[in-house]
Order: sequence, then structure tokens, then C-alpha cells
Amino acid sequence: MLNHDSPTTVRPRWAMIIDLNACTGCSACAVACRAENNIAITGPGEAAYNGTIQWMRIERTWKGRGRHFQVENRPVNCQQCDDAPCEPVCPVQATYTNAEGVCVQVYNRCVGTRYCGLNCPYQARFFNWFDYTWPAPMEVQLNPDVSLRTRGIMEKCSFCIQRINAAERQAEREKRPLRVDETQPACAQSCPAQALLFGDIDQPGGRFSANWRDTGLETLLPEVGTQPKVRYARRVAPPRSVLAAVPNSPGAEVEA
Amino acid sequence: MSAAISHPAPAVVDEKNAAAALLRPMRYTSLAYRRMTLLLLMVIGWGMFCFIYQAMVGLGVTGLRRPVFWGFFVTDFVFWIGISHAGTLISAILRLTNATWRYPVTRAAEAITVFALMIGGLFPIIHLGRPWLFYWLAPYPSERLIWPNFRSPLEWDFFAISTYLTASSLYLFLPLLPDLALARDRSRGWRHRLYRFLAMSWQGTQIQWRRLELAIQLMAAVVIGIAVSVHTIVSWDFAMSIVPSWHSTIFGPYFVAGAIFSGIAALIVIMAILRRVYHLEDYLQPKHFSNLGKLLLTMTLLWGYFVTAEMITTWYGNLPDEMGTFWSKVSGHYAGLFWVMVLCNFIIPFPLLAIRRLRTIRGTVIASSTILVGMWLERFLIVVPGAANQRLSFNNWYGYYPHWTEISLSLATLCAMALLYMLFTKLFPIISIWELGAAKHNAPVSE
Repeated sequence: MLNHDSPTTVRPRWAMIIDLNACTGCSACAVACRAENNIAITGPGEAAYNGTIQWMRIERTWKGRGRHFQVENRPVNCQQCDDAPCEPVCPVQATYTNAEGVCVQVYNRCVGTRYCGLNCPYQARFFNWFDYTWPAPMEVQLNPDVSLRTRGIMEKCSFCIQRINAAERQAEREKRPLRVDETQPACAQSCPAQALLFGDIDQPGGRFSANWRDTGLETLLPEVGTQPKVRYARRVAPPRSVLAAVPNSPGAEVEA
Repeated sequence: MSAAISHPAPAVVDEKNAAAALLRPMRYTSLAYRRMTLLLLMVIGWGMFCFIYQAMVGLGVTGLRRPVFWGFFVTDFVFWIGISHAGTLISAILRLTNATWRYPVTRAAEAITVFALMIGGLFPIIHLGRPWLFYWLAPYPSERLIWPNFRSPLEWDFFAISTYLTASSLYLFLPLLPDLALARDRSRGWRHRLYRFLAMSWQGTQIQWRRLELAIQLMAAVVIGIAVSVHTIVSWDFAMSIVPSWHSTIFGPYFVAGAIFSGIAALIVIMAILRRVYHLEDYLQPKHFSNLGKLLLTMTLLWGYFVTAEMITTWYGNLPDEMGTFWSKVSGHYAGLFWVMVLCNFIIPFPLLAIRRLRTIRGTVIASSTILVGMWLERFLIVVPGAANQRLSFNNWYGYYPHWTEISLSLATLCAMALLYMLFTKLFPIISIWELGAAKHNAPVSE
């Protein structure tokens, strides 16, 4: 990473757009994230006691009743805030925003005050309450590019920084700039509905940067002023006439 | 400035009797004391086992889970730092305002400060995910040039508490000097060597008295500032965060007032125990309890004012982020604890302290005991419901209950405090002999 830091190099600024119209709530992103990032499986007991670790999770909210009943599936990961409230409160500076705008967690430095977890308005940070083990044979599928975490430290979504680093090293070896869509996190790669778009905000002329500037996009809790680098495309209900024209469409039942 | 200070001659009038009576707890140790020590050591040992177990297995053995990342340990931390305000602040204020009735009270208060700080300072370490790395919060020179993060309120805590511990230890030690010399002159063996070392060749010359007076006055003034800043900084652990009910400008003064409140209560309870156990009825008189009771009454009213101000502004503002916490306290999951807190901190103590006939030793001790319970609950009700109610309401979680390590460690640290205090009374006169002697010389302590 550091050898990238020449003044002439323009560093990318990584961001994500989540399209709530496309998301079906299938949780493939959450599963892919768990596999890619060696996220511990804490078991059913812990799951019943809020003890799970999910860097990417689907938050389901319900609205309305009967014919007006509506479900919203919202994938929530670390919102990669430009002005991240979790960072200044850490007494040992175990978390900071790196040169590419990713809020990173330094596992080796973390002492586990858990202050960052409280100050994250999205509750995107997770604590290792125990030393977790992987039931056989799952330990053989651990990703060698991602360090395992011990008890007593915080962890969170890193935008799959190991993939970003690998792509950047590859580009550097080949002495060329990063290609469009050369890297993407496991969640975006695995989304069957392509609801998760990942890219560089500053890439000139890029498809992602054009989409990013769409004023229709919203952020979670904009009033907190965290300036997240994850934006959501709000779910828009299609007009009734359209729904009526589609036989047996799930939308016809959902949208009244 | 004060009467005692301008007449530095120690223990003048009935020096023999007073000194003998006040040194007596240091000379004779009862069987009950030894049994109590053994019991406390056993509980402390159990606490140490719990701490090691928790460090080895992980903090999952506590009831904490996301989003309630802080619970009992942070509550205990704030509570003990609050108790520590008993001493220094009260004794410093009484000293600076030249309240002559303070003489038998100050040392007992100052000792509370030092020991409560030691206990309180343990909790930030106990609650760490990796407690063996606690020294990373200290700004030590590292070959990799890694420093702690000076922007973090937890880092400010580190400096605030270490400063306060230094200052309050000095403030305990300085007025102890003449009494250490007295103890030195009246002891043999290891005690003699200990007091000779600690008394720093105190001879009671005019120059020494003058310098001591100056140093005590100076420390009294300095320590008030430090005490106020310390609990303000502790409150900023919460107020600097963006957790809805924590992010409040009132927290600084609110916490300081609560600290003095619980501090006076702790002082009254400890004074009553000392009076009973060491037969200090002649020195710790009903007048002292009554006077401290008046101070406690003031703080009860101030506490009520702050809680009202905090709650009513939240309720009137009706911001959805804050109302979750508000309703969980007033009528929701934490309502039981909340109303017990109001009962303990206001409804019971107020009449006991306001009505002169009830402001007896028994009355003030009952009021103080309920206040100690109430103030612990108050800290709990700031920490846990605030963390349990989130801006994104799908993250709310009311499932936090303390598990056995948390309860054990809270009890064990209480026992550690009691043991430290008991050992102190065996090594040092718990009532300032020279100040009392001087006081009797100038103005009798009786009403």
C-alpha cells in the first residue's frame, strides 16, 4: 500500500451503491462476506443473545397490514463514513480512514474498549466476545488473505480490503492503472440481483462515478453528518397500471 | 487563614487522652477485625479468579452484547469515581471555607478519595477486551513511534484519573505528616521505621508548620479544580459520543453534582461505621452527621433539579432518537429501576434530611445508604438504556443482564475498598490528631 503513495498517483475513493429496488433479501451477500472474511460462526445460543457477527447483514422492516403489507430488505454494512464517529473515540487509534477512504480496523492495535461500537450510529461494528473456532470441515475453507481475530477485539466490514490490495499490487506489477471493475467485494460479486455496485467515486467517466452523483440516492441517517460512502437507491413503487399488467407479479400483491 | 493553621501547636488541651484514644485503633486489633479481613480476602480472591477467567475465556462471559457494549463495569467505574469525590472535594471545600467542625471528618474523607479512585481506576482495565494491553493507553515512548489517541475521551480519562490520584494522595499525605511524626515518637519496631520514613524528619518547627500550612492550602485549592474536571471528563466519555441520550451538554455538571452527592453519602456511612467500631463517639458527634446531612440535603435537591432538567427537556423536545431511551426508563423495560432510583435518591432521603428531628445519626445513615444504592442505579440507567436504544431502531436490544463475573467483580471491588480502608485505619490515625488538638485549643468542637 505505502509504495503507492507517490504524489502523482491519484488514489481511488471506494464506495458502494445499494439498490433497494433490486435487493430480494436473499442474504447471499451476508454468506459471501462470511466466507471471504473468515467471520466467526458463533452458534445458535449466541444468535439468540445478539452475539452474532455479520459485517454485511440484511435488516428487514415491515410496513402496513393486509394488502398494504410491505417488506423492505436493507443490506447494511459499515457505511465507510468520510467523517466516521468511531475513529476519534478510540484511545489507541486502532481504527482510521486510509488513503482510499476505507475505514479500517487494526486488529493488532485494538485493546477492546468497545467505544467505537457504541459511537457507530449504524451498529456496524462487532466484538469478538470469545475465541471462536470453526467446526470441521469449515476450517479448511478459511481465506488465507484475511487474518483471524482473537477474543477481545472489534471487527467490521473493510470493503474487502484484501481484494483491493491484491488488485492494486497486480496493477502495479503490470505498471498500469486499475481497470474499471477490476476489484469488488465479496458481497457485490455474489449478489444475484446485482443490487450492490462497488467502485471508485473519483474515476473520471466511470459508470460508477456517474451513478454515485445521482441525487436520488440517499444515505442512512443523514442527520448524523457522517457522510457515508454507502448510498442507497430508495425503493420506488411502480405505478398500479404497471403492476396490474403483470400477471402474478409479487409486486401486485405487495404494492396496493 | 484557618484557626488551626495560625496556631500550629499540635494537640494542646487534652492531648494525652485524645491522642491515646485516636491511636488506639492502631494498637489493638480485635478478633472481629481479623475475621472480617479474612472474609474480605476470600471475596477479593474470588474476584481475582473471575477476572482471570474472564480475560482467558473472553468478555462473552459477561452479559454484554451488541449494542450494549458497556454495562456493569462502566457503571461501577463511574460510581467509584463519583464516591472518590467524597473526600478531597468535601474536605477541601470545608478547609477553604474554614469550617471548624470539619476536623474529625477530613481524614476519613480524604482516605475514601484515594481508595475509591484506586478501585474506580481498575474498571476501565477490567472491562477491556484485552486487559493485558492496558498500558497501550499510556503515552510511553515506543520504538515504533506509536502514541495513544489524544482525541479520545478514554485517553482523557487516563490523564484525569492519574492526575487526581496523584493530587489526592498528596492531599491525604500532607495533613498526615504531623500525625505520622506523633506516631513515630510513640512506636517501636517496624512501625517506628515505617513512620520515621513517612514523617520525613518532621520536627514541628515554625518553618515546617508554615510550609505545611501553605502546601495544604495550595493543594486544597488545586484539588477542587482537579476534582471538578475529573468527573466532567468521566461524563464526557458519554457526552462526547453521539449516542442519542448520552450526547448532552448537561452531563458535566450533572455528573459532578451526582459525584459529590454519592461521595457525601459514602462519607456518612463510613463515619458511622468508624464511630461504632472504634468507639469514636466523642469525636464523631451527632453535630457532624447533622452538618454533613445538611450538605447532603443540598445535593439531594441539586440532583433532583438536574434529573428534572435532563428528563423534561428530552420529553418536551420529543426527538424520536431520544424518546426511545426516555420511555424505556419512565414506563418501559427499565422503569422499575428508574422509579427505585427516584425513591432512593429523593423521596426517602429528602424528608430524613430536611426535617431536623429526623436528621440524626440514624436518619442520615439511612438516607445515605439509600442514596448509595440510588446513585449506583443512576449510573446504570445512564449507561445501559442509552446503549440499548439506537437511532436505527431495528438495532435496539433490551436483553442485557449482568452475568456472574460482573456481579462477582462488583462485589469483590467493594470488598477491596473496605479492606484497603480497614488497613488504613490500622496504620494511620483515621482522625486528624493535630488538627483536633489545635481545634480544641481554639474553638471547642462541641455545640
